[in-house]
Amino acid sequence: MQELTITRHNELVDPLMHIWSWQIPVYLFLGGLVAGIMIISGYFVLQGQYKKNVFSCFYLPHIALVLLSGGMAALFLDLEHKLYFWRLFTTFQIAAPMSWGSWLLMIVYPALWINTLIRIPERYQGKIPIFDDWSAELNKHPTLIKNIGILNMLLGTLLGMYTGVLLSSFGARPLWNSAMLWMLFLVSGLSAAAAFVHLITTDEYEREMLAKADNAFLTLELFVFGGFLTGLLTSSRVHIEAARLLIDGPYAPVFWVLVIGMGIVLPLIIQLLAVNHKVKHTAVGPLLVLAGGLTLRFVIVYAGQFSHWT
Amino acid sequence: MVIDTVRCVGCMDCVVACKTENQVPEGFNRDWIAYDTTGTFPTLHMEIRSERCNHCDNPPCVSCCPTGASHVHPVGAVVLVDADKCIGCKGCVASCPYGARFIHPDGYADKCTFCIHRVEQGLLPACVSVCPTHCMHFGDLDDPNSEVSTLLASRNHHVLMPDAGTKPRIFYLT
Repeated sequence: MQELTITRHNELVDPLMHIWSWQIPVYLFLGGLVAGIMIISGYFVLQGQYKKNVFSCFYLPHIALVLLSGGMAALFLDLEHKLYFWRLFTTFQIAAPMSWGSWLLMIVYPALWINTLIRIPERYQGKIPIFDDWSAELNKHPTLIKNIGILNMLLGTLLGMYTGVLLSSFGARPLWNSAMLWMLFLVSGLSAAAAFVHLITTDEYEREMLAKADNAFLTLELFVFGGFLTGLLTSSRVHIEAARLLIDGPYAPVFWVLVIGMGIVLPLIIQLLAVNHKVKHTAVGPLLVLAGGLTLRFVIVYAGQFSHWT
Repeated sequence: MVIDTVRCVGCMDCVVACKTENQVPEGFNRDWIAYDTTGTFPTLHMEIRSERCNHCDNPPCVSCCPTGASHVHPVGAVVLVDADKCIGCKGCVASCPYGARFIHPDGYADKCTFCIHRVEQGLLPACVSVCPTHCMHFGDLDDPNSEVSTLLASRNHHVLMPDAGTKPRIFYLT
């Protein structure tokens, strides 16, 4: 047996690390959701759907700007030395994923903004005339618009990956230290974005298409979860202990019931029935997916801090 | 730094000296005492250690810092934090497997500095200078003739959590 007693009692560190509260899971969830929205919106733009009255091309980039700003606000609230946040943009630290993420977000914002110019919704037309002029100019260059779609898809993918890489780079937290985490967060972000469009679109074609896409993402997410847990369980002792926090440890009830059961399996069943026209499309499926995605970030962030080397 | 666990009695003089020298805020510690008991009764073994930042050769707290606030001081490869660059993101706190960092009440990451302000004047770190059992030794690990190198060459020793891959530079003599 081993019994370790220490006299240290630093706030947020002892007895077990709890430095990150609700702000970081919310930031990671909104970041992943925006990443998925950029990929879906970019895909629609690339497919030329912007010429039609399709919701994703009209409103999604605008909503994404708001959601991303919400995520950034949550991140700002988490900083302990808030007035120094500008230091992020006075340097580029090549080994620090957080530095990559800061600069990536600086590119994501203009990419999303230029996406909003492709088709300005009717109710906003004429509000800022110069935007209408730029939009008209953009629409004279279909190839440029396609490239904007590709750029949004590319940056969305990088943003979705980043939310996972940020955590997986912390070797001291065995639960996060997995090469599968970026894939898990990217797929979860795509699933949340598909559910979001499914939830609020009024277009039948989009609703059906995004429900089918979400079913694929949810199925893929189950496989990625399998790979994530298998990777940890076949690694070192501390990684096995970290995996067991989710499998049969203190986070197991939330993980199995809220994340896997109600966040993936149940909405997958509901949406499979809906796309096969056995039941009507309702808000229940997508709402469960969104709640499950948010809960996933909370579980991973909290359990990850709990996991440690001994 | 080399610490002789056979001599350490856990008196906490090093902890008090550090708090006084570095004005460490109430409720926080840059160094602390660990009582590590292993074995099966009645064959038990207790190791008492004075612990702090390990000033690792491969410091994850430095590589994860997005602003460069966490850095390695050229003198003695000491890991330090520049409070004016720190945004308080707590990434370095999460990256340390030893839990050696904390957030200072003023908002920046804080930790042991090996009393670099004293070392630059040719003095020993406060913790080393007050130790009543002389269990702590501070010096140049790169110099094969230094006291610390000689001790490591002649005594059994270990580091904390070697599997974490951080290459700690505090060695415990057993």
